[in-house]
Amino acid sequence: MSAEKETEWQGQLAPGDELPEDSGLSAGVRGYVIGLVVSLLLTAASFLVLHDTFLWKPGIPVALGVLAVAQMGIHLVFFLHLNTGPDNTNNILALAFGVLIVAIVVSGSLWIMSHLNHNMMLMERVMDLHQQR
Amino acid sequence: MSVAATSHGARSVDARHGTDELAHKRIVVGYGFWVFLLSDFIMFAGFFAAYAVLKDATAGGPGARELFDIGNVAVETLCLLLSSFTCGMAALAVSVRSRIWTQVWLLATGLLGLAFFALEMREFHELIEAGNGPQRSAFLSAFFTLVGCHGAHIAVGGLWLGTMMAQFWFKGFNETLIRRFLCFSLFWHALDIVWVAIFTIVYLMGAAG
Repeated sequence: MSAEKETEWQGQLAPGDELPEDSGLSAGVRGYVIGLVVSLLLTAASFLVLHDTFLWKPGIPVALGVLAVAQMGIHLVFFLHLNTGPDNTNNILALAFGVLIVAIVVSGSLWIMSHLNHNMMLMERVMDLHQQR
Repeated sequence: MSVAATSHGARSVDARHGTDELAHKRIVVGYGFWVFLLSDFIMFAGFFAAYAVLKDATAGGPGARELFDIGNVAVETLCLLLSSFTCGMAALAVSVRSRIWTQVWLLATGLLGLAFFALEMREFHELIEAGNGPQRSAFLSAFFTLVGCHGAHIAVGGLWLGTMMAQFWFKGFNETLIRRFLCFSLFWHALDIVWVAIFTIVYLMGAAG
């Protein structure tokens, strides 16, 4: 039993470890160069989207968000060497949990605060009415 | 963690890390540091949430559109992205145990990080000189907290990087230092990911209105 467990343990990768199939210097360099080039293209696209007029104006934040998420994915895969392989499961699960908490914190704060703002506005209006009377 | 890790299941992982015992520890350390980085992301999420809530609370002062210089941000972004790349090159130099190239790539990483930090400090200085410091409005408080926290991480990372260069130079490549370097490169790449979120949400979405 313990032998099985150790075998499983040995098959893990530390986050950021070079992947076994990428062994060799040229393969390693190629991975980082791909990551750099794609990141540069996505960054350039983000800055261009802002200046150009080919996007419908309210669509710009959505486009920026999509480009940012894509670039974070590129960084995770090509710089931090996260992938969906079985030896990376623990790292991916930890990341998924982190993303869940981040999403709850950010969207929850925005949701609650926008409701509060909405309610406060009504309060102000009510108070104005009081003062007019 | 002195669990007997014997030669069961000698896979490709072991071949790259010498003995099983060390491969074992490397994975534990890397995973632990990864969990720390994720908790750091959660802290940044709190600051992002504060910024998103307060970005229109300008107290009659200037907003994102008037204050931020997108050209400066583009140069900062380029510096940090290139330093992430050179950090990867340094990781490869460490993996082939090349002392000179490790120093060269780490130095490049440090200089690019320093350029980023200098540009950011100049931006902060200009904002504060113009009377738009963190005490001007809730929006600026949230801005300085979020972006300043990232800048503080970069400064700490720079100190760590200098320490690693000296240790690699004087002590050579031992397993402890290589593990420490794995953590450093994770830290540095993670900071670049946080910066992607900052330049998108704070600067570009701010300028888009």
